[in-house]
Amino acid sequence: MDCPLFLLLPFFAGDFYINLASQILIAAIFALSLNLLVGYGGMTSLGHASYLSVAAYISALMTSRYGLGHVSAAFISIAGTTAMAAFFGVIALRASGLGFLMITLALSQVLWGRAYRMSNVTNGDNGIAGLTRPMPFGISLDSAASFYWCALIVASFAYLMMAIFVSSSFGSSLKGVRDQPRRMAALGFNPWMIRWITFIYAGFWGGVSGLLYVYYNKYIHPTSLSTTSSAEALLGVIAGGSGTLGGPVVGAALVLLLKNYASAYIERWNMLLGLVFLFIVLVMPTGIVPGLGRLVTGLRRGSR
Amino acid sequence: MTPLISNHALEIINLNKAFGGLSVTQNVSLAMRPGERRLIIGPNGAGKTTLFNQISGDLRPNSGQIKLFGTDVTQFAPYKRAHFGLSRTYQIITLFTGDTLEHNITLGLLGLRPSRWQMWRPLSFYGDLATEARRILDAVGLLHLAAHPVSDIAYGEKRRVELAMALAQRPRVLLLDEPLAGLSNTERSTVKSLIASIPRETTVIMIEHDMDTALDLAETVTLLNYGRVIVDGDRDAVIADERTREVYLGV
Amino acid sequence: MQFWIIQGLNSLSLGGLLFLLSSGFSLIFGLMRLANLTHGAFFMLGTYFGATALRSWDGLNIWVTALGAGIAVAAIGGLFERLVLTRLKTNPLGQVLVTLGMSFIISDACLMLWGGDSIPVPTPQNLQSPTRVLGFVFPTYRLVLVGCAIGAAIVLYFLMERTRLGAMIRAGVDDRQMARAVGIPVSNLFTVVFCLGAGIAGAGGVLGGPILSAYPGLDGDMLPLALIVVILGGIGSLLGAFIGSFIIGFIYTFGTALFPELAYIILFLPMIFVIAFRPQGLFGRVGA
Repeated sequence: MDCPLFLLLPFFAGDFYINLASQILIAAIFALSLNLLVGYGGMTSLGHASYLSVAAYISALMTSRYGLGHVSAAFISIAGTTAMAAFFGVIALRASGLGFLMITLALSQVLWGRAYRMSNVTNGDNGIAGLTRPMPFGISLDSAASFYWCALIVASFAYLMMAIFVSSSFGSSLKGVRDQPRRMAALGFNPWMIRWITFIYAGFWGGVSGLLYVYYNKYIHPTSLSTTSSAEALLGVIAGGSGTLGGPVVGAALVLLLKNYASAYIERWNMLLGLVFLFIVLVMPTGIVPGLGRLVTGLRRGSR
Repeated sequence: MTPLISNHALEIINLNKAFGGLSVTQNVSLAMRPGERRLIIGPNGAGKTTLFNQISGDLRPNSGQIKLFGTDVTQFAPYKRAHFGLSRTYQIITLFTGDTLEHNITLGLLGLRPSRWQMWRPLSFYGDLATEARRILDAVGLLHLAAHPVSDIAYGEKRRVELAMALAQRPRVLLLDEPLAGLSNTERSTVKSLIASIPRETTVIMIEHDMDTALDLAETVTLLNYGRVIVDGDRDAVIADERTREVYLGV
Repeated sequence: MQFWIIQGLNSLSLGGLLFLLSSGFSLIFGLMRLANLTHGAFFMLGTYFGATALRSWDGLNIWVTALGAGIAVAAIGGLFERLVLTRLKTNPLGQVLVTLGMSFIISDACLMLWGGDSIPVPTPQNLQSPTRVLGFVFPTYRLVLVGCAIGAAIVLYFLMERTRLGAMIRAGVDDRQMARAVGIPVSNLFTVVFCLGAGIAGAGGVLGGPILSAYPGLDGDMLPLALIVVILGGIGSLLGAFIGSFIIGFIYTFGTALFPELAYIILFLPMIFVIAFRPQGLFGRVGA
């Protein structure tokens, strides 16, 4: 990671770009959490937006409606989201492959529908606005730069934690279960438990990204629960390369940049998203990062 | 009722399994003493691998019991049976093809250890696992390939890795599903001598479709056909039995 | 009493629509092992085609429109299958993702072509007058829809059970590799089934127009229903899709009428139940 560049960004870029970078960091954490499931666990989920949104909503409600401080709200939010992940995991892991995909899709659709319907709680289509950002150690995060640095710290920590996770012996077990579940069971590993724990951990970090998301936007709306949201995250993971840790970060950044720039010129973001999906899956199925890696290796070999 | 002296390593009692209308295991009963070497033979479709799948827990029988050292494991999930000392190899290679040989064996060793739940330390932290993995690879003559990915090595070598992985956990009961299938003559004799050198603490059951190749490894033989036990007993007695000839010639 | 009868009929007509929607999905899933996430969009496309056609040409026969739309959607589906899906034979996850991508493309295209407002579809004139049965008054069109579903079910049944094509499809559903081994042209079969599934969805979209109207988001509303029907009824089983459609039709209609606040939950609860306790569905075939 190019540390100096990331740290010094606010010193040479304008607010617009700093904010964009913050959004990329949030999307990166979200994509990394999804990748624990998709890339390392072999479980493709189309409902990961649930964790981001629910965490965001809980924080929004706790602070705006119940007047809780940000620390308590954050704690309740993450605890609630993680509990939800545990519950959803039990249901979703009754199936695998396509069945798992369909259940995760269905569960997030339920939440999406509820968010619109329960307008006395969620404010329905209006969303919850007028939220505030927390003030860790009394420091205000309202400026673009200060929020960015906070997001950078959180994102770096998240990346580190997930890197430790995937290279730990548990991580090796997870990858083993992804590749040969029957063999792993015969060796004494408990595939269900390994998957469930991973599911919960992925939900936890999804929730963390949700907190940053609601702090950044100071607003939350049911569209964050839509299939499009989950699909964008999935695209980021797959486009970047699900077999690696850096891939989803690159992919999430790309999807976000594309969305930002494209929507300035083209109204049809969804159509573009669909086309990009088709392109990536057909042309670069393992993702950009492995693809570039191969390219670099190929160039190195060629220059000898 | 005979007194239940459970000094059997593996006991199968009246096992039955049917898929829809098709009966694949019919009233199969077997008892194996610790350290015994048993060969299960029978024509294609006799239900040998299905029987193994029920012993390992991949398949649930419709009725009957499976006991490991006196404990009823019929309701146990496959991973739990591994903790009871059961280990197996598969007909189809189920190795981790993208990983090195050493990593494959290491995973085999990790399965029974509490450290498999460790979410902090990398696998490389456990130096003793690596040492043991290399020792096991050496025992099967593959130490020189330890750093190679499984996808790179030959079929015969892969079979040896499968065997090594199953033996890594020092199992009490080992199921070998056609361990000699598809091997050349030299590879075959290598694997056979490896099987012959398995310590007596391990009870071994082997499936082989081709009778002749594995006979000298067996002490007792069970002949299956259409899911039923046809003949069962000491090797020489089973070979000499008329019914054995019937089954193989009549097919 | 009136309430129960009316809702009962609404359930039946919704069930009929769901069958038209999900029979194709079930076929595709059963044979190609593909969760076709474009299916809702195919249906919606049919509804939009029908809406435009029926509003532009007064007195246009709805059956002809349905057939036309079905063929058009089938053609689009066929192109997609040939150009995109066949290249992803070894990548089942990729296949699901491109169907998702395709659904985004189609739904955005519909938004682009027809705008964001809901377009009501006129009920065919000859079916507008209500029918009297046993002293109760029913909207005729809804009764006709049920008839359509039954008709489609019978046609599909004959196709699957009595024709060579159907035999090949069933063989492919049961054991794809074996079917290939005995010389069944599986990849051509895939294209045929995908077109068939898409076509039925498109035709169903037209027929559903008078009840549902054409609106952006129709695809997102219909797809989960198709998923639930197929999960409930079992993969690859037309009987399952048929019965499942009507069960869901009843659950959804009565659920929304009696407990409007719990609409989504009532719908997904049976699905979750099925997955938890009977993962192969009511009539599912556990294929290779």
